[in-house]
Amino acid sequence: MSLSSVAQPARVHCPPLDTRYQVETPEGIDLLLRPAGLVPRALAFAIDLAIRGLALLLLFVVLGLLGQFGMGLASILLFLLTWWYMVLFEVFNQGRSPGKQLLGLRVVHDDGTPVGWAASLTRNLLRFVDILPFAYTLGILSCLNHPAFKRLGDIAAGTLVVYRDTLPARPNLPQAEALRAPFALSLSEQRALLGFAERAEQLSSARRAELAAILAEPLQVPAEQAEQRLHGIARGLLGPT
Amino acid sequence: MKQSLFENRHRAEWHAFAGQLEALERGKADRQQCQGFAAAYRRLCQHLALAGARGYSNHLIEQLQNLVLRGHQQFYRHRSPLGTQLIGFVLSGFPRLVRAEWRCVLAAGLLFFGSLLGMGVLVYLFPELIYSLVDPEQVASMEQMYDPDARRLGRFGERDSGDDWLMFGFYIMNNIGIAFQTFASGLLLGLGSLFFLLFNGLMIGAVAGHLTQIGYGQTFWSFVIGHGAFELTAIALAGAAGLRLGWALLAPGRLPRSEALRLAAGRSVRLIGGVILFLLLAAFIEAYWSSMTLASPTLKYAVGAGLWLLVLAYLLLAGRGAYAPD
Repeated sequence: MSLSSVAQPARVHCPPLDTRYQVETPEGIDLLLRPAGLVPRALAFAIDLAIRGLALLLLFVVLGLLGQFGMGLASILLFLLTWWYMVLFEVFNQGRSPGKQLLGLRVVHDDGTPVGWAASLTRNLLRFVDILPFAYTLGILSCLNHPAFKRLGDIAAGTLVVYRDTLPARPNLPQAEALRAPFALSLSEQRALLGFAERAEQLSSARRAELAAILAEPLQVPAEQAEQRLHGIARGLLGPT
Repeated sequence: MKQSLFENRHRAEWHAFAGQLEALERGKADRQQCQGFAAAYRRLCQHLALAGARGYSNHLIEQLQNLVLRGHQQFYRHRSPLGTQLIGFVLSGFPRLVRAEWRCVLAAGLLFFGSLLGMGVLVYLFPELIYSLVDPEQVASMEQMYDPDARRLGRFGERDSGDDWLMFGFYIMNNIGIAFQTFASGLLLGLGSLFFLLFNGLMIGAVAGHLTQIGYGQTFWSFVIGHGAFELTAIALAGAAGLRLGWALLAPGRLPRSEALRLAAGRSVRLIGGVILFLLLAAFIEAYWSSMTLASPTLKYAVGAGLWLLVLAYLLLAGRGAYAPD
């Protein structure tokens, strides 16, 4: 690394344009969390509701045979299912109830750490208020109104429902001869160039040419060659593979 | 350093870390595998920072970010020993918390016990008042439950089954559900908790006054005095926790409302933890002791009074010593 890059000022922290939620960790890096919106959360809840409904049905059929002892047990289990189902899954299954797991969601604290007993209990007890006055009206309003899609229980508990990101497939860089950039690139310019090369496969050839033509003048090449030139510079930045 | 060189140099390390992560996420990591996790995680964080500072491509940064995020989730997992924490909480944490939140506890206690006693006295003096609050069918079923001639007492007395299990389950379900509602509805600016405290206070007071007035006092009071110590206190404490939430919203002080609410919720949910323990105890006493007809009323009054004193002493005195267990 050259001295000049060490002396460069720290990256300017501007909030991302999308809904990503930034958390700085004790290790001095920024975690980017993607909060989940209303629809996936509602779907996850519906799945959990269905699972609980089935479990209850089964319970009452089986325990009904046991007479009053069974009914006593059934009411304890009913209590556990209504109030503790979410809490136990969230605490013991790393923030994922079965519905959330199916939809690739998880519950975390505001600082990105896995959810604990107190926060999970708070957010699930306060669900009682989110349900009011009917069909989660308050919860939905709060969720739609909050930048990180929190319902009231989440605000009080300081929790967040986020996506579990999956690893994107490795992109193939287009073939080109490695070139040196004709002028010094700033960090963000460098990343933009690499991003253009990495996303080449996802763009139509016309769009690629159009984007590359913007840079034809500073690169001092005819517009038709700009794309190939950009790929070459990206190769050069990446280094020999 | 060019990006591809950087990647080639560290790829094996990242791969090994991903393997560790996978095992940890499935909860199947043994001690051997976890060794060096912390060091590997820190190194990975350094790689991510370097990659950002050197302007490496988005794909690499996303890949590292994904690993770091997963590592962070595993590294900061809450694995405190629940057992010792629970003992500390019961022995000192809970009563200390109740005393620290004395304003809310006092308000909720006055509301609940005040409305209970007031309504009880009113109904005792003006018997027909109960029908303005409780519908006649319920009154009749209450009277049947506490009829001095019944062999067993309480909400399932008339079934004559003696199945304590059924009662235990029902009490847990019913009472903890009520406590949770009383707490949670405090989020509605405290109005919900106010409502549930007053409503329950008035109902219980009316029934108590009515039953005493028609001469079933002996069976009723000897039945409720034991578990009432835990149950009624617990409802009042749940209301206090709810009022704490509402108060944080009404008067957040120098904090933004959401932040004040988050802090208040952290404290009040611990109160609720204590309330749950109280109600489990109450359900146990109600199912196995209060419903017994073998013990004479005098004995029950004595035990009941003892339990009330115990609860008060616990809330007021426990955990005060300088060497109280933490």
